[in-house]
Amino acid sequence: MIENVDISLVDWSRAQFALTAMYHWMFVPLTLGLAFIMAIMETIYVKTGNPEWKTITKFWMTLFGINFAIGVATGLILEFEFGTNWSNYSWFVGDIFGAPLAIEGIMAFFLESTFIAVMFFGWNKISKKFHLVSTWLVAFGANLSALWILVANGWMQFPTGMKFNPETARNEMENFWEVFLSPVAINKFLHTISSGYVLGSIFVLGISAWFLIRGRHKLLAKRSIIVASVFGLITSLFLVMTGDGSAYEVAQKQPMKLAAMEGLYEGQEGAGLVAVGALTPGKEYNDNKDAFLFKVEIPKMLSLLSYRDADAFVPGVKDIVEGYDYTNKNGVTTNDISAEEKIKKGKIAINALANFRKAKEAGNEAKAKEYRITLEENFQYFGYGYLNDPASIIPNVPLTFYSFHIMVALGFLFIALFAVALVFIYKNNLEKQKWFLWTALFSIPLAYIASQSGWIVAEEGRQPWVIQDILPTVAAVSQIDASSVQITFWLFAAIFTALLIAEIKILIRQIKIGPKDQEGGK
Amino acid sequence: MFESYEFLQHYWWFIISLLGAVLVFLLFVQGGQTLIYSIGKTDNERTMLVNTLGRKWEFTFTTLVTFGGAFFASFPLFYSTSFGGAYWVWMAILFAFIIQAISYEYRTKPDNFLGKRTFEAFLFINGALGTFLLGTAVATFFTGSDFLVDKNNITLITGDVSPVISRWTGPAHGLEAVLNFHNVSLGLAVFFLSRVLGLLYFENTIDQPEIAKRIKKQLLYNAIPFVAFFLTFVIWLLLRDGFAVNPETGEVYMEAYKYFFNLIEMPIVGIMFLLGVVLVLFGIGRSLFSDTCDKAIWPAGAGTVLTVLSLFLIAGYNNTAFYPSTNLSSSLTIFNSSSSPYTLKVMSYVSILVPFVAAYIVYAWRSVNNKKIDQDEMDNESHVY
Repeated sequence: MIENVDISLVDWSRAQFALTAMYHWMFVPLTLGLAFIMAIMETIYVKTGNPEWKTITKFWMTLFGINFAIGVATGLILEFEFGTNWSNYSWFVGDIFGAPLAIEGIMAFFLESTFIAVMFFGWNKISKKFHLVSTWLVAFGANLSALWILVANGWMQFPTGMKFNPETARNEMENFWEVFLSPVAINKFLHTISSGYVLGSIFVLGISAWFLIRGRHKLLAKRSIIVASVFGLITSLFLVMTGDGSAYEVAQKQPMKLAAMEGLYEGQEGAGLVAVGALTPGKEYNDNKDAFLFKVEIPKMLSLLSYRDADAFVPGVKDIVEGYDYTNKNGVTTNDISAEEKIKKGKIAINALANFRKAKEAGNEAKAKEYRITLEENFQYFGYGYLNDPASIIPNVPLTFYSFHIMVALGFLFIALFAVALVFIYKNNLEKQKWFLWTALFSIPLAYIASQSGWIVAEEGRQPWVIQDILPTVAAVSQIDASSVQITFWLFAAIFTALLIAEIKILIRQIKIGPKDQEGGK
Repeated sequence: MFESYEFLQHYWWFIISLLGAVLVFLLFVQGGQTLIYSIGKTDNERTMLVNTLGRKWEFTFTTLVTFGGAFFASFPLFYSTSFGGAYWVWMAILFAFIIQAISYEYRTKPDNFLGKRTFEAFLFINGALGTFLLGTAVATFFTGSDFLVDKNNITLITGDVSPVISRWTGPAHGLEAVLNFHNVSLGLAVFFLSRVLGLLYFENTIDQPEIAKRIKKQLLYNAIPFVAFFLTFVIWLLLRDGFAVNPETGEVYMEAYKYFFNLIEMPIVGIMFLLGVVLVLFGIGRSLFSDTCDKAIWPAGAGTVLTVLSLFLIAGYNNTAFYPSTNLSSSLTIFNSSSSPYTLKVMSYVSILVPFVAAYIVYAWRSVNNKKIDQDEMDNESHVY
């Protein structure tokens, strides 16, 4: 990293962003999933006219409201933190990144917040159908807001549709559709929202299972389990599909992240996928230690999934740092230059920008043109110019590796959970399967762990980049004292934790009260 | 229509100004939150007050978020300079809003960990601090702040200076704004205005004679300081030197009576400003002197939107630096801080949705507020805060 930036400022700013993002993500997936589950339940109520379905819908809606409020609170901070803590970032890519945030506000937030009031307070004031439409619009609005913020995140992972303008010293959007329809953004969106649907389904399944264990509200519990299991099974299968799509994009666009996800230090042709493994502690990318204490591999699977070719070469951490040039037995060559060379080219680009601006100020157009060409030739490595050590392009491998494997393992477990629930429902003996009901209940925290792990893979795995290859965290921060960020970090930590405790206590109490007397208001 | 860069920059400053104006009107929720104990003397009364506000708090919150997002997208240099520089002011505002978001939903729920009084205190803090600090922060659009902007910094990869483009030069990181009485006068004007609007909103939505009486009394107590602080701010503003921009060179310089001249040179904005002020005063007077009027929120609200809109417009239009720096050459104008023409154009197409959004908000508002809240509804409603 360059030496003129206080590294503790970068670390605390990252910590603060991670803290707020992770707290935000504790509440959002449930909003995404539960919104659709409620909407499906209310649709059944309107179709059948059976008041029991209205009771069921209203019970889940109460829990939805408690969770929604805290998601809103944590989301506000995230939006403004781009400015408060990542001031350079806000200018350098604000031309592209800001637009989805503004569109999110105009298109999604108003939809969500307007109809949520109608949904909660409209039961006795508007027609059944208008109420149903409002509930669907809340679900649609929540998912639409996820779309825009994930398009923005996808763009950070794979910057596209833009061009650097040296006169304004920033990246400018050239093609909105390339940003919006980038395969990384689309896969990220689909994978993320489907993870929310799965989490919402497990939440409903788990709580309903608890009702059955206690022998309470059996009708509500059984009906809720049917909706949750069907919705959960479909979406968890979709989750695997979109997960594969996301990982494929990572292999193409962020090979270092893929190598970290798999703990792959030395590149291989026909690389296997680690099913289970333990990494060797203290492993450096260039030492001779074995990367794994033990591992169970599925042969050739990593190559197949990453490049749709079982014999493809997958570069490892060491290859990416030191550069590689590999020709496989089919004569297909893959190569990349070393990080050291990229750092050199990055510095050439940054210096060319400085010289371009000086030449422009001096009115020397001929020189300015020359520097612009040098800048454009090297711009793809611009961000590397802020780094000094080639090893600094390696993310935290153990954190990325374990998070990825925990997420994947739990994802498959959830498919089994929904499938088994449906089998027991079909056989009409779900109530007797106490072991399964307890498993369903304890799957709720597992769903949250899987969900958080997914974001750790996505965000830790791409370090040190804020914008892949173009801007590292060290060049994106604001000019403030690390101590100021420390203070706000602990303030956020304290307040979010207090609110989380309040939320969990209120939720548990409302669940215990159950559907009959759930108002709680008075 | 969206082809000229200059038009797009003006168009987006208008949208930002409009969002800011609507946000100030919607701060009636915050103002109302500071009055729950002055107007509600029993638990039942307070529950009614909280519930009538609780059906609207998300509009204010969403408008604030959209205001931030739209500002980021259209004038990113402002976002990076102000938020990253005036760190403490914005953080204080954000804290004030975080604690609001959950307070309605959690206040009366059993097992709420912090207790009902804490959530009510959160609502009060949000109402008092949120309005005052937002007003104070916006006043710096006229009074200026201490910051430097140098885009060449991004190329600093050696030496002692970090590659950050925008730097705050004072150590207080924004808190110094509250030491300037001109800023504070706007902060206090917004605070008392939000309370006035909160009272008019209560009058419009609650059907309870005791509450109605207390509203009249409080309205007078809050309208007087509002008018006093508002006039202090406006007279001072019209008399002070403003941050003007030379349209040929982009150079920023101080010009006597700049904001006054802006009102004169843009007569539509001047008329809007006067009309806005008259409507706010009319709304307050109507409510004070008529026993039957319960719709004063509408003229007062429309007046608020017009007044704040025109204040934003004189900050950014007519060759004025909307976010001035005491280091004049670093000042931000709608020209040097905006997004590229392409981005502004894309977003302009999206902004065509705004009237549609406004229409469904009005429709939804009416469908929920079609009758006043009374004790009976509080006893029978399934979702009560």
